[in-house]
Amino acid sequence: MKQLVILSGKGGTGKTSVAASLAHLASQELNLVLADADVDASNLDLVLDPTRRETHDFAGGKGAVIDPAACTACGICAGVCRFEAIVPGEAAYRVDDLACEGCATCFYQCPVEAIRMAVRQDGEWFRSRTRFGPLFHAHLFAGRENSGKLVTQVRQAARALAQERAVDLILVDGPPGIGCPVIAACTGMDLALLVVEPTVSGVHDLERILATTTHFGVPAMVAINKADLNVDHSERIIAYCRDEGIPVAGRVPYDTVVTEAMVQGQPVTTYGAGEVAQAMVALWQRVKERVLA
Amino acid sequence: MIIAVASGKGGTGKTTVAVNLALASVSQRPVFLDCDVEEPNAALFFHPAIEERRRVGQQIPHVDLGRCTFCGRCAEVCQYNAIAVVGEEVMVFPQLCHGCGSCSLNCPVEAIREETHPMGIIERGTAAEGALTFAQGTMNVGEAMAVPIISALKRWVVPAETDGRLVILDSPPGNACPVVETMRGADFVLLVTEPTPFGLHDLRVAVEVARDELGLPVGVVINRDGVGDEGVEAYCEAEDVPILMRIPQDRRIAEVYAEGATIVEALPEYRKRFGTLYRAIEKGVGS
Repeated sequence: MKQLVILSGKGGTGKTSVAASLAHLASQELNLVLADADVDASNLDLVLDPTRRETHDFAGGKGAVIDPAACTACGICAGVCRFEAIVPGEAAYRVDDLACEGCATCFYQCPVEAIRMAVRQDGEWFRSRTRFGPLFHAHLFAGRENSGKLVTQVRQAARALAQERAVDLILVDGPPGIGCPVIAACTGMDLALLVVEPTVSGVHDLERILATTTHFGVPAMVAINKADLNVDHSERIIAYCRDEGIPVAGRVPYDTVVTEAMVQGQPVTTYGAGEVAQAMVALWQRVKERVLA
Repeated sequence: MIIAVASGKGGTGKTTVAVNLALASVSQRPVFLDCDVEEPNAALFFHPAIEERRRVGQQIPHVDLGRCTFCGRCAEVCQYNAIAVVGEEVMVFPQLCHGCGSCSLNCPVEAIREETHPMGIIERGTAAEGALTFAQGTMNVGEAMAVPIISALKRWVVPAETDGRLVILDSPPGNACPVVETMRGADFVLLVTEPTPFGLHDLRVAVEVARDELGLPVGVVINRDGVGDEGVEAYCEAEDVPILMRIPQDRRIAEVYAEGATIVEALPEYRKRFGTLYRAIEKGVGS
């Protein structure tokens, strides 16, 4: 069983559109399990038409709760909290749930034991059925922490089913950035496909996401999306990849057909034949050779 | 006035809107903060002159083994498994530590002091020939937590009283804690979206964060207007979220962005439009 993650550093370069197309193409020759690791802006389900089979609560961590009847408003909790999560009041203090990091410092310092640590539900995760294989995905509640933990939860569930069914490939659609959810999505992967666009931002962010995958020992390939938007930057990306020894797996042209397919709730490869669909087929061939090797 | 520019979905044009809004409002002596510390890009458009740079990090425990009795209390109170006591050894895992200080407060023999673990840098200077203050944070590769860098950047640069100055916070993508940290203390949240199912899905969550959780006024900029479908439009009308600007789907704009140029310079008619956007936000804050 192999694991492939789609990453980008910069957001909006087309990770999910590439992931959906690869899911379609891969499903024609392999047994797949799919996972959406972009848990605070999850979109893969919008183009895979899933049927939800299971819903699970996700408890990311605990949060402090102050019992107003027991609180003496002494203010010690506010003094020790480093996250400005304690809101003073005249008779009793209270906790700002969005600011609380669940560190329990206040819990241990409260002289009258008015604070307890309560399990907080930070999101949900789902197992769904799609025509390309089972999909594990999640929804982190607005503004919550622990997105990395939720990614890990989604990956573990996907991996358990993949092992049970002895599937060939787990395909993971990753989050943008280089922080905790990205680290949670990329560790232990057999290959990271980095979707890059030929813009000044795209080139800059490629260097940082590549440094991140290298740091965690994950081999990488690059796909240039909207490749004809700026030929000079596309050439720069190719030269940079050559210097770094990173294979370029494909170039996908800029075309509004990608958006049209998304509006229809489909991967661009099932939406119709065309240059973009052809480019995705070529991309999948190169990625497949590498990830299954 | 402090405006946070956010989006939920990545790549909808947050940085484009934030940068051009700042350049069209130089009379407000703007202060621009790039809070997308995982992938900061605004400097690519501003070409700022950086004048000051600081290393930032967070406090992590340093254990004095001469004093430590290996009682394990620190590990017991730590909620993040960032410190562990094994036999006569204490291990600290900086990437897991949230810097809460609970271990040092609870150590019965005062064997723990805190030291700074570097996580990134924050920088400030000027751009647009001195017309605006520019600042950004950059997280080190391999670090997990962006929030401490964003909060250090804001503490350093955002004035306590804006005194009529405009502060623009360019937010990271997503809807998790780094976005909350960026929006906190803002007077208005400008949400940049694209009129597609992906844009709409993530816009809904962003409105939940900004308006419902943080209680801030919000407004929307529809970028790449004309692609996609009517979903965003219908949502904004149903939720009473004002649409303050529309930037059409235009390959010229995509190319200007790809080059690292700004819209107000390359397509001068947009200077007026971003000025209008600023006034619409001002009205939104006042109402």
